[in-house]
Amino acid sequence: MKISLGQKILSRNEECAQKNREFFKKHKILCLNVISSPGAGKTSLLVRTIQDLKDQLKIGVIEGDLETDNDARKILAAGAAAFQIETKGACHLSAEQVQNALKMIEAEKMDLVFIENVGNLVCPSAFDLGESKRVVILSIPEGDDKPAKYPGTFAGASVVLINKIDLLAHIEFNLQRVLADIRTVNPTAQILQLSAAVGEGMQNWYNWLKEQIEK
Amino acid sequence: MHETMVAENILRAIVEQAEKIGTRPLSAVISCGQFNTLNDEIMQFAFDATAAGTVCEGMTLKIKHIPLRATCRQCKLTFEFDLYNPHCPGCRREEFDFEPDAPLLLEEIEFEEPK
Repeated sequence: MKISLGQKILSRNEECAQKNREFFKKHKILCLNVISSPGAGKTSLLVRTIQDLKDQLKIGVIEGDLETDNDARKILAAGAAAFQIETKGACHLSAEQVQNALKMIEAEKMDLVFIENVGNLVCPSAFDLGESKRVVILSIPEGDDKPAKYPGTFAGASVVLINKIDLLAHIEFNLQRVLADIRTVNPTAQILQLSAAVGEGMQNWYNWLKEQIEK
Repeated sequence: MHETMVAENILRAIVEQAEKIGTRPLSAVISCGQFNTLNDEIMQFAFDATAAGTVCEGMTLKIKHIPLRATCRQCKLTFEFDLYNPHCPGCRREEFDFEPDAPLLLEEIEFEEPK
């Protein structure tokens, strides 16, 4: 006996994501889901952003990692509210985990909430967290083949940050190829080149952030 | 391994239906798009592990991969897009407009016939 359903499999996650989205809208919060490989510089980017903008914006960060609260401590030290989700092995965050973490950082008081997803270019992109926009970071040392290898993740980005751009002179990396490969799957994303370590290009990122907040 | 969370959600939905129908579920069909890629073998493995000890133990999953449709901006050809070979089959250009990618759906469940 067969029954037909056509039921959404991740409906529970989607319901939670929808609640998160309504929460952000109600409290006029820009929420960014930050996705990259491990080591692309998510935490360093956030630390620098917080240091530079904390006098203008109230910023909170939800950190997702398999283990340890190292990242949350770095964020607290930089001067923002932080809550660490330890996923205990899960390779992505869920909307429900984010919903709980929003309470912990008292997100309703924030202008800007970053969700630093688990370092992984595959799994996080399949899960809507209710974020306003999605940020994907690619760093120069990872290699120029990543947008072609992980098109699903790059396709979902509102903005792609090419980080560690100061290393371009030292590493074989075809920037034109990367820009073309991102454009192929994502004709509308903003692409910004920057280095969170040395500060190059950060102003363009801050301008993008402020434009999104004003919208 | 996002298949694990997908497996947990499928299991919950099937158990819910099994309680209504009252016989053992044998197989299920799920469908997915190209961006939320599911790997068939890992999906079955994750489902087997999640279903162990439940009414769903031993079920077979069939995954339908729904193609992503794109239209070439140059020659206007609409075709099934291959994420890993992103060229227009007509003119070989690389600028497209995409139709929305298919969501993850539980399409169908087959149950044992009631006695």
